[in-house]
Amino acid sequence: MADALRNADNSDMSSTTQARLAGEAPLLNVRDLAMQFGGLKAVDGVALKVHPGEVVSVIGPNGAGKTTVFNCISGFYQPTGGEVYFEDKPMHRLPGFKIAQAGMVRTFQNVRLFKEMTVVENLLVAQHMHAERNLLRGLFKTPGYRRSEKALMQQAGDWLERVGLLEFANREAGNLAYGQQRRLEIARCMVARPKLLMLDEPAAGLNPNETRDLDDLIVSLTRDEGISVLLIEHDMSLVMGISDHIYVVNQGQPLADGTPDEIRHNDAVIKAYLGEE
Amino acid sequence: MAQILKKAGTSPAEAIPPQPSYRRPWWSATAAAVLTLVLGGSVLGVQLESTGITTTVRLMGMETWGWLLAAALAVFLHQLIRPQVEDWRARTRKPSRFTLPKIFSGQKRQLWIMLAIGALLIFPFMSNRSAVDLATLTLIYIMLGLGLNVVVGLAGLLDLGYVGFYAVGAYTYALLNSYLGFSFWEALPLAGLMTALFGYLLGFPVLRLRGDYLAIVTLGFGEIIRILLNNWTELTGGPNGIARIPKPTFFDLEFTRKAQEGNVPFHEYFGIAYDPSYKIIYLYLLALILVLITLFVIYRLLRMPIGRAWEALREDDIACRSLGMNPTGIKLSAFTIGASFAGFAGAFFAARQGFISPESFTFIESAIILAIVVLGGMGSQLGVILAAIAMTLLPELAREFNEYRMLLFGLMMVLMMVWRPQGLVPLKRPHMELDRG
Repeated sequence: MADALRNADNSDMSSTTQARLAGEAPLLNVRDLAMQFGGLKAVDGVALKVHPGEVVSVIGPNGAGKTTVFNCISGFYQPTGGEVYFEDKPMHRLPGFKIAQAGMVRTFQNVRLFKEMTVVENLLVAQHMHAERNLLRGLFKTPGYRRSEKALMQQAGDWLERVGLLEFANREAGNLAYGQQRRLEIARCMVARPKLLMLDEPAAGLNPNETRDLDDLIVSLTRDEGISVLLIEHDMSLVMGISDHIYVVNQGQPLADGTPDEIRHNDAVIKAYLGEE
Repeated sequence: MAQILKKAGTSPAEAIPPQPSYRRPWWSATAAAVLTLVLGGSVLGVQLESTGITTTVRLMGMETWGWLLAAALAVFLHQLIRPQVEDWRARTRKPSRFTLPKIFSGQKRQLWIMLAIGALLIFPFMSNRSAVDLATLTLIYIMLGLGLNVVVGLAGLLDLGYVGFYAVGAYTYALLNSYLGFSFWEALPLAGLMTALFGYLLGFPVLRLRGDYLAIVTLGFGEIIRILLNNWTELTGGPNGIARIPKPTFFDLEFTRKAQEGNVPFHEYFGIAYDPSYKIIYLYLLALILVLITLFVIYRLLRMPIGRAWEALREDDIACRSLGMNPTGIKLSAFTIGASFAGFAGAFFAARQGFISPESFTFIESAIILAIVVLGGMGSQLGVILAAIAMTLLPELAREFNEYRMLLFGLMMVLMMVWRPQGLVPLKRPHMELDRG
C-alpha cells in the first residue's frame, strides 16, 4: 500500500496519463455545462474529461459549484445547458438511476447509507441492478435465483473484507463509526460495478490516518479494478497525491486545469484560494 | 481507533455458528412422528358424527390408521437420517462464506412453527362456532395488516386509503358473481389482479408525493372508492349493497343444506348429517390457508431483491437512485403487491359475509388496519399478527365498554407511542451467517 502511495506521489511530475496525451476518446466528456437556479448561475461553462483509468479531481473554494457540477453529471439536477457524454452516449436529460445503470455511481458529501439496514444488506441492495429480480423465480427459489443471490453475497463479502468491515457485517450501518461509514459507502458503490466512481468529498470529517487509508483505497481501485475516479475534495494533500488531472472551479466557472504540479503553481488558483492581494 | 474497534468486535472465526447438533436425532425423529400421528389422526383418523344435538367422535377403520402409521414411520426415518444427508450435502457443496438464513433456522423454531400451525388446524374442531367465526375475522385482519405492512412498514409509504383496495377486492367478487356467475375460486385470482391494477393506477399520480401529502391523497382515494360504490347504483346497488354472494365451495361441493340445481351439498356427498358449523370451519381453514400463503409470500419477498429495495427506498431514495434503482418502479411494485393482498382479503370477506355494502369500507377500517401495522411494529410480520389478534379480540372481550371502544383504542395508541413506539415486536434485521468453508 505504502508503495502505491509513493508511486502516486512520484508520478506527480508526469501524471497526465498516456490516454490523455494520445487524445484517446474520454470515458466522460462534459462540455459547456451550465446550471441556473432562477437568476443565479451556479455553474457556467464547465468542461471536463475523464479518461479510462484516471483519477480526476475537481477543486475550488467553498461554494464554487463543485457539488452542483457533480449533481448535474450524475443526473440529480437537470443541467440547464451543456452536454454530458459517457462512453460517447449522451447522459444529460437522463434521470439519475439511468446514469447509474450506465456505469457512473456516486457517493454523497453527507454519507447516505441505508442506516437501519445491516452492513451486508447495504451491499446487497447496491447490487440491485445485477440481481435476479424476477418475482416468480425468487418466490420459488429456482437454481438460477440461488446462484444469483450467492454471487451477490460473495461479492458483498469480498468487498467487506477489502474495506475491513467484515466483522461488522451484521451491524446496522447507522451504528458504524464515521470513517467506517465512509468506507462502506465506497464499497457500496463498488459492488454496483461502476466504470466511473464519483466521490463527493470522501475525506470530509476523516482523521489523517483514515485519510491515508482512503488514499490507498482509491489508488487500489484504479489500479486493481481498472475504474476511473472523479473526485471532489478539499484535502489538498489527498488531491495532489492521487490525481492525474485537476480541474479548478471558481464561482461556477472553470478557472484552470492541468496536472497537480501545474495547478500548484498556477497564479489564478492561488489567488482564488488566498484572495486577491 | 480502528484497532480498538477491531478488538471489540468478534473476529470472523469466532462468529462461525456451531454446526447443528446431531446429539439427539432419535428424540427429534420420535417427536416428529408423534406430531404426524396426532395431526394426521385428528384430521383423517377420526370422524365427527352428530346425532341430534350431541357430537360423537368415531375412529376410522384399520386401513386409514394403517396408512397414518406408515406416514408416521416415513417421517420418523426421514428425520433420523436427515442430519447425515445434510452433512453429506454440506460437504459436497461448494463452500460460500455468507448464506442467507433459512426459513426455519434451528430445529426448535421449526418445531414451534409446526406446533402453531397444528394448533391452528385443530382449533376449529375443538371450539365453538362464535370463537371460530371471530378467529376467521382475525385472520382477515391479519391478511390486511400483512398487506399494508408491505406498503407502510417496508416501503415507508403512508397509505390511509388501504380500505379502498379491500373494497375493490370484495366488489370484484360480488359483481363478477352477480353479473357473470363467477364462483369464488374463479373470482379470487381476478380480485387479486383487479386490486393490483387499482394499486398500480393509484401509484402513478402519487409517485412524486411523500409523507403527509401521500397520506392525504391515499385517504382521498379510499373515500372516492367508497363514494363511487355508494352512488353508482345501477352497477353496485348503491347503499343497498350486494346480497346473496355465495360461499366458497369445497371442490364444487356446497355447504348449504340443499344444494343448487345439479350440485351436491358437502354433507350428502360424504354421507354425514348436515351441520351449519362445517361451513364456519371450512371458512376458517380457508382463511388460515390464505394467511399462511400471504405470510410465506411476504417472507420470501422480504429476502428478495425487491424487498430489500423497498426498505432501501424507505431509508433513502436519493441513495437508491444513485445506485441505479428506479424509485418509480419500486414504489409501484410496493403499491401493487400490497394492494393485491387486500384484494384477496376483500374477496374472501365478501364470500364470508354473503352481503357487502359501502358501509363496510369506511375510513375507520383503514385506520384499524394501519393501527395494526403501527401497533405490531413497522415491517414485522409476527408483530402484525399479534396486533391483529389484539385489535379484533379486545373489542369482543370488552363488549360492555362498547361506547368507549374508540376511546380505549385511542388511549392504547397514545400509550404505545409513549412507551413502545417501535411496536410490540419490532422488525429484526435478518442475520447473515458465516458458513464454515
